[in-house]
Amino acid sequence: MNDTATGTAGQSPAVPTVEPILDVSGVTLQYKTKEHLITATYRVDFQVFQSDRFVLLGPSGCGKSTLLKGVAGYMRPVEGTMKLKGRVITEPGPDRVMVFQEFDQLLPWKTVKQNITFALMNGGKCSSKQEANDVAMEYISKVKLERFEDTYPHMLSGGMKQRVAIARGMAMEPDILLMDEPFAALDALTRRQMQEELLQLWDDTKFTVLFVTHSIEEAVIIGSRILILSPHPGQVKAELNAHQMGHGDVGDKDFAQLQEKIHAMIFADRVLEDETLPNG
Amino acid sequence: MADQSVTSSGIYVRSEFVNEIGVAGTGEVERRLSVFERITNIDPLRKFTILIIMVVVWELYARIGNINELMFPTFSATGAALVDALVNASLLVNVWNSLKLLLSGYAIGISIAAVLVILAVGSRIGSDLLTTLTAMLNPLPAIALLPMAMLWFGLGPGAIIFTLLHSIIWPVALNTHSGFQSVSETLRMVGGNYGLRGLKYIFKILVPAAFPAILTGLRIGWAYAWRTLIAAELVFGGQVVDTSGQLGAEGSTSGGLGWIIFENQMENQTPYVFAGLFMVILVGITIENGFFRNIEERTVRKWGMQKS
Amino acid sequence: MSENAVETYVRPEFENKDLGKALDVDVERPLSVFERIANINAVRKFSILLGLLFAWEAYTRLSGVEPLLFPSFSTSAEALWETILTGEMPAKIWVTVKILLVGYAAGLGCAAVLLIWAVLTRVGSDVLATLTSMFQPLPAISLLPLAMLWFGLGASSLVFVTIHSVLWAVALSTHVGFMGVSETLRMVGRNYGLRGIPYIFKILVPAGFASILIGLKVGWAFAWRTLIGAELVFGALSGSGGLGWMVYEKGENLETTYVFAALFMVIVIGLLVENVIFRNVELRTISKWGMQR
Ligand SMILES: Nc1ncnc2c1ncn2[C@@H]1O[C@H](COP(=O)(O)OP(=O)(O)OP(=O)(O)O)[C@@H](O)[C@H]1O
Ligand SMILES: [Mg+2]
Repeated sequence: MNDTATGTAGQSPAVPTVEPILDVSGVTLQYKTKEHLITATYRVDFQVFQSDRFVLLGPSGCGKSTLLKGVAGYMRPVEGTMKLKGRVITEPGPDRVMVFQEFDQLLPWKTVKQNITFALMNGGKCSSKQEANDVAMEYISKVKLERFEDTYPHMLSGGMKQRVAIARGMAMEPDILLMDEPFAALDALTRRQMQEELLQLWDDTKFTVLFVTHSIEEAVIIGSRILILSPHPGQVKAELNAHQMGHGDVGDKDFAQLQEKIHAMIFADRVLEDETLPNG
Repeated sequence: MADQSVTSSGIYVRSEFVNEIGVAGTGEVERRLSVFERITNIDPLRKFTILIIMVVVWELYARIGNINELMFPTFSATGAALVDALVNASLLVNVWNSLKLLLSGYAIGISIAAVLVILAVGSRIGSDLLTTLTAMLNPLPAIALLPMAMLWFGLGPGAIIFTLLHSIIWPVALNTHSGFQSVSETLRMVGGNYGLRGLKYIFKILVPAAFPAILTGLRIGWAYAWRTLIAAELVFGGQVVDTSGQLGAEGSTSGGLGWIIFENQMENQTPYVFAGLFMVILVGITIENGFFRNIEERTVRKWGMQKS
Repeated sequence: MSENAVETYVRPEFENKDLGKALDVDVERPLSVFERIANINAVRKFSILLGLLFAWEAYTRLSGVEPLLFPSFSTSAEALWETILTGEMPAKIWVTVKILLVGYAAGLGCAAVLLIWAVLTRVGSDVLATLTSMFQPLPAISLLPLAMLWFGLGASSLVFVTIHSVLWAVALSTHVGFMGVSETLRMVGRNYGLRGIPYIFKILVPAGFASILIGLKVGWAFAWRTLIGAELVFGALSGSGGLGWMVYEKGENLETTYVFAALFMVIVIGLLVENVIFRNVELRTISKWGMQR
């Protein structure tokens, strides 16, 4: 916890490369509705490195999900670029797997195992059924769902569905795992358990993940680095380190301080927004 | 703590207790129903009984009411006619004639609907074109096109298949398209995430995700087609009587079920009309229960996409 | 947690102090007028309709197709206008619609009686289930020969087949709807002291209305198809009738422009019933109650 690296520019010796996995620079994303053009994020820059647990944090409607959709390739930026391992992102693909907040992200016509093998086969990860089966079983046991491999999704609880989605995402071994508030629809107990499981899985495989949440506590627990976005339209407010915090630190002084700091940043914006509103 | 007291706030405080469960007798926990109750709880049995009762009532009514057999034959006469038609008059050939037309029409119709819907998925103009076309043409009963079809294709299977196509394409296309449109954004994104594109995306994500709607479309299409076919065969019958017989001259093995009903009607063979109707019901029930129910069990019900 | 630090590439923190200064981008801006017009569904569909009609007209004029086989849009429209003016079309429409209304209403009445019996007793429920599973797959039109035998060559035969086409579709769908009403709602109704008929109409009917409406729509669709078909068959035998008969008769006489005029009216009536009547019922009931799936 008394890590001194904090605050000093990239000098961590064990990192093999300082090339970012994901490089987002100056990205503006807009929606077109029937009658309006809405700017969701404005000139956002950030970089995600190998094995980061990179958290996007910000008030509701600030464009976190939109950024994630951009990275996933569902939306083209109107300005700026997003590069994955140096290649510009143009369309969705299995090198960036998304885990959604919604429970209906599993294909209802496939069993738990089939959901994962389907992804592996179609995502080009595995070429034979046998291989896909083995990989699927490995990740199913990682999320402790062996007993349910042949169950259809409608017979699982919300938390179990989310675990399948996570297993599916990790089985694909993408360059980066995109998670959009994956635990938001869960009850508090299950959420806590899932956070722990996610950190454990990370300890196992050290995957890179881009994680969206609007819970400050969750950001500090899950994240190694936290990007704070301003309210609508989202702009980068700050980037903070939180790699030294975990579940064990909840209630600690440092933990509370960091939480307090983030809270103040988000809250400051609120006041600013309220003040500037009447003037237009 | 005092055993029982009234606290100052007015709450009646009672002593706590814990029960030993399972020590004392618990009375009758579970008892089998009587045999009679259990038998009457068997659904098929009750329905079968009702069927039998209805048949008996029919027989008695036709016999005792002394109804003219031309107007309303007895059940036994109908049964005899059915057996006779099956054995001597090649009723099965007529059934097969109808089904052949129906199946080819159904297959072609579904293919055309599929092409239309695939084009509609690709672009907004395609989607608009399809919705406009279906909105216009779905409410038009296919049978109303038969006179034009006879003009275009002559008196024959071509005209019937054309009307069948019309009765199938629109409900199937309409339901499939609206089913596709209501596939959730999340599932679409999941599909894109696997790198699925174009036809693969349609057949691996959209089709299964919209399967309840597609199945409904297929059922409606089948129901309309079956009705249209029977009606068309009846009209051809009318034609034949009008123009004294191109079709009829070929003998009764050439027509379908509707035609057989019509022909027997013309010849005042009412028990055979009933036998024909019985076959119509049988075919309908077989396709509905044997085919669609089966697909439903194996897909949308198993996947939990449809309740009840 | 120090081993995390080994894996993680630790960068300096930073805070953007310039936020909140004026943005040089529209946070939200209305689309251009053209984009907005192109986004109106009705406008797009109407243009497509015009395009289709235009294509039809151009095809018949340019390809030199025999007008007897495939008349142009303009001549069909003229024929329609003419039959409306001479009163021929309204008369035919009325003949058909009258039978349709009588048949539909009678069909609903029969269905209601059966359903009430089915809700109140188990025998009724079994009888209904048996009857519907038998008669639902039987195309009503195939009963037309029998109907003509029993009721003669008159409107009552047509009414009979129309009733048959409505009755089973409505009964089946409504029964399914009733059975799907949740136990909670049933208990609430009982709790209010509702019994028998009031219980059916005040609890079951509104609670199962989504399903009932589907039944009404399917019933209408079958009735409309059956009636037009019956008029074709029937017309061929009796030589009189409504819209369906008009289609048939004009086709026989090779007056194809009139066939198209009659088909056009058939479509218009179908659209009116589906998009005006049923749409409105739906808006006022299940949409308003938020019961649509
Ligand atoms: N499909 C859409 N069409 C139009 N505007 C949209 C759409 N989705 C989001 N927006 C707008 O874009 C902005 C950002 O939305 P986004 O969903 O990215 O927010 P978010 O940060 O994920 O919020 P939350 O924490 O509530 O999920 C919002 O102002 C929203 O109104
Ligand atoms: Mg979001």
